[in-house]
Amino acid sequence: MATESNLMAVMVYIPTPFRRFAGNQTYVKAEGKTVGDVLDSLGETYPSLRHMIYDEADEIPGHINVYINSHEIHSLQGKNTPVKDGDEMAVIPAIAGGQVLTPEQVNRYSRHIIMPQVGPVGQRKLMETKVLIVGAGGLGGPAALYLTLAGIGTIGIADFDVVDLSNLQRQVLHQTDDVGKKKTAAAKETLNAYNPDVNIVIHDTPLTSDNAMEIIPQYDIVVNGADNFTTRYLVNDASYFADKVLVDGSILLFDGQATVFKPGHGCYRCLFPAPPPPGLVPNCAEAGVLGALTGVMGSIQAIEVIKQVLEIGESLVSRLLLFDALSMDFRIVKLRRDPKCPLCGDDATITELIDYVDFCGAPFPGGHDGEGASGGVSNGN
Amino acid sequence: MATEVKVTANFAKLIGGQRSAQAEGSTIGELLDDLDQRHPGFKQNVVADGRIHRFVNVYLNDEDVRFLQQLDTPINEGDVVSVLPALAGG
Repeated sequence: MATESNLMAVMVYIPTPFRRFAGNQTYVKAEGKTVGDVLDSLGETYPSLRHMIYDEADEIPGHINVYINSHEIHSLQGKNTPVKDGDEMAVIPAIAGGQVLTPEQVNRYSRHIIMPQVGPVGQRKLMETKVLIVGAGGLGGPAALYLTLAGIGTIGIADFDVVDLSNLQRQVLHQTDDVGKKKTAAAKETLNAYNPDVNIVIHDTPLTSDNAMEIIPQYDIVVNGADNFTTRYLVNDASYFADKVLVDGSILLFDGQATVFKPGHGCYRCLFPAPPPPGLVPNCAEAGVLGALTGVMGSIQAIEVIKQVLEIGESLVSRLLLFDALSMDFRIVKLRRDPKCPLCGDDATITELIDYVDFCGAPFPGGHDGEGASGGVSNGN
Repeated sequence: MATEVKVTANFAKLIGGQRSAQAEGSTIGELLDDLDQRHPGFKQNVVADGRIHRFVNVYLNDEDVRFLQQLDTPINEGDVVSVLPALAGG
């Protein structure tokens, strides 16, 4: 008796997070003989809704529950559960982190949410994540910007410097009117203008051995956009001691390097056991840097943070990405944990933060001993 | 056997302004010696006292030679060697 006349009309309840995808309706009428038919019919009428209720394999994903007259279909016959005229159906996303997304959030993050690799559950994970950005400069700017747009819950910005006109060739968080303002304040203003939901926490101080273990443990993931070796070794060691993933990036001229240091899988000291003597490798203030290069590398750092949170794809853990903007060449080389590493090796000798000024032969820029030669060089210049 | 040696932009000035140079040698050490003959002063930026600087990595294809045989790492036809100093810019 499989004829058109057997199609049953049911009312489907659309919860607030999905309403955007169904013409802002609370109830939608759909037809079919089974739950599967009804969902297919809904998906044809509302293609964006289809992305929410079916995964890539055309199955209902685990975080979506479908109810017929208040009975979850897994306790019935799944997608083959027959429906009758007048039945009420509901498509409910699992509640993650205490609450479902508001309609405004579903709309704001819809291009992420409709991807099965993110979904409403992944979006909630992003919203519960705390990321520390070291340096509100070339790398920290685009990294913080895209993480803010992605709805990361809390973003800490550690920088002590003020905006200089020469920063504006590349540092997207700061604008002409911000020259002379604290970088952290300018960053917070910009980021909250993009997304007021994100909690921007300011650490208006140079990171040092005295405060790093107070600040870094407050976060889940650290993004390194420092502009000097002294801070880079400090952030590496402190992130290792705090058992935090460190998304590392560095730039000079037309070159960028990016990797992810996950405790136990190699650290900055495994990659570069010691810093160069002061003055041997120039910084961006001395040698220059292509502004748009910072956008590429900072965005790559943001991508790696998001992948870590969502646990998707292949991260840059154990791999070093090299980007040469002149030849437009991306290459990946291996990064190994060094069994002889003094920090994370088999016989580690560094068990607490050390004197990084002594180790690097250069002061923390902006630190109490750091004024002078390097002047305006900041955590993230 | 000529091998291509790639360098970062801040090392290009050491090899005549190019981003890569050809050099001969059957090991990383011989290759760097030959490159130093062609571009005097290059090697001291990579090697001191017979060891690779701790702030410079030399890769044979995608492997850090620090985890192979350091300067004695043999080179085969078609290999690419990269010299990569630590960069601190942010």
